[in-house]
Amino acid sequence: MGIAEKIISGEIRAVARLIRDIDDNIPEAREVLKDLYPYTGKAYVVGITGAPGVGKSTLVDQMVAHLRKAKKTVGVLAVDPTSPFSGGAILGDRIRMQRHSMDEGVFIRSMATRGYFGGLTQSTRSAIDVMDAMGKDYIIVETVGVGQDEIDIVRSAHTTIITLVPGMGDDIQALKAGILEVGDIFVINKADREGADRTVSDIRLMIEMDEKRYKNGWKPPILTAQAVFDKGIKEILDEIEKHGKYLTSSPERKSMFQHEKARNDLVEMIKDRIVSDVLADIIHSGEFERALQLIVERKIDPYTACDNIVLKKLKSGYK
Amino acid sequence: MNQKRKIRVLVAKPGLDGHDRGSRIIARAYRDAGFEVVYSGLHQTPEEVVQAAIQEDVDMIGLSSLAGAHMYLFPRVLELLKENGADDIVVCGGGIFPEEDIPKLKEAGIKEIFVPGTPLGEVVKWVEENVKPRGS
Repeated sequence: MGIAEKIISGEIRAVARLIRDIDDNIPEAREVLKDLYPYTGKAYVVGITGAPGVGKSTLVDQMVAHLRKAKKTVGVLAVDPTSPFSGGAILGDRIRMQRHSMDEGVFIRSMATRGYFGGLTQSTRSAIDVMDAMGKDYIIVETVGVGQDEIDIVRSAHTTIITLVPGMGDDIQALKAGILEVGDIFVINKADREGADRTVSDIRLMIEMDEKRYKNGWKPPILTAQAVFDKGIKEILDEIEKHGKYLTSSPERKSMFQHEKARNDLVEMIKDRIVSDVLADIIHSGEFERALQLIVERKIDPYTACDNIVLKKLKSGYK
Repeated sequence: MNQKRKIRVLVAKPGLDGHDRGSRIIARAYRDAGFEVVYSGLHQTPEEVVQAAIQEDVDMIGLSSLAGAHMYLFPRVLELLKENGADDIVVCGGGIFPEEDIPKLKEAGIKEIFVPGTPLGEVVKWVEENVKPRGS
């Protein structure tokens, strides 16, 4: 049996290994992904993001429990940051979800952001495809919402949930231009804490101010939850379902979503390919270091150096 | 594309043992050495440890035990790895063990045992020398 067949039949070890190969950028993985693609597109993808410590993993854990009760299978992809100094990472999201590890209907995978060469967005999307092909009904992707990469990941989901906690105050203003705009659902977790009402009204104000954007479309609901006590989770899942129905409520809307997703996916894939091919290749050949040295000595400007490298590479064609 | 594979490690605490200071420090040392460390938390059954290791496709499991049940828990992890066709994953252990248990654990297939006082550098070096990322 080939790797693709093993994955479609749900063989855990094969799935786990393929995701590793994707993460490690092994060229063979790409071939398997091509074979798997016809089997994707069935899963419903939910992205969850928010600052560290707002309770994303606990929220995911409870959502998985509810979805399992409803007999849905779930894949979880939990992304944690790589240390920029050592390149290592501690992936601790699993701690909150370990109770599901013996459940065959749940597959949990931790991933590090890796950075630089990581192609995080690309490898996460490919990992989603793998879980989709293995037949998971729902795939939940959890990321710390700090960088553009992380935002891109949750954007590729059907439904994006932004998680906040009370007492962030003016921080909301700072977040406004970034992740808040991509939220389809807002969850104020730890809602028993002081200031929850205030946070809800802050977010509401922000949405109301953006009236034009939401007038003919989906207006993000603001929900309160206490994930650790399993409070408010059912409501979140109801809203996810509603949002899913909204996305497919008209043929135009459905095609728009698919179009947008395909566009994002392809842009990311091309970017990733160029970075990994060009950059990795010139680092390997030493050309990168040589150019760097010339720039440091101010014998060449970085614009010319970049032109030289990229044009040469484009002319010589890709492997 | 020639990115080097990273070593992936699962740090786990099987059994009824609530002390994870040591395993957290080890996890941190592994991270600083450039490994990707999955930390699965306290009170794990051997079954949960093995499932996590398989789903995460790790190269090594580091088991921590301070509660005295290692003679059951550690070999049980090895047994389950074998049952699941995953006995290529290296298993080592750390914690407090009666001296006479250490050779028995090694005989059962635990690759190395680390006891209190082992310098972090040594623990890391052992992994670098004895654990190869899969496929390399």
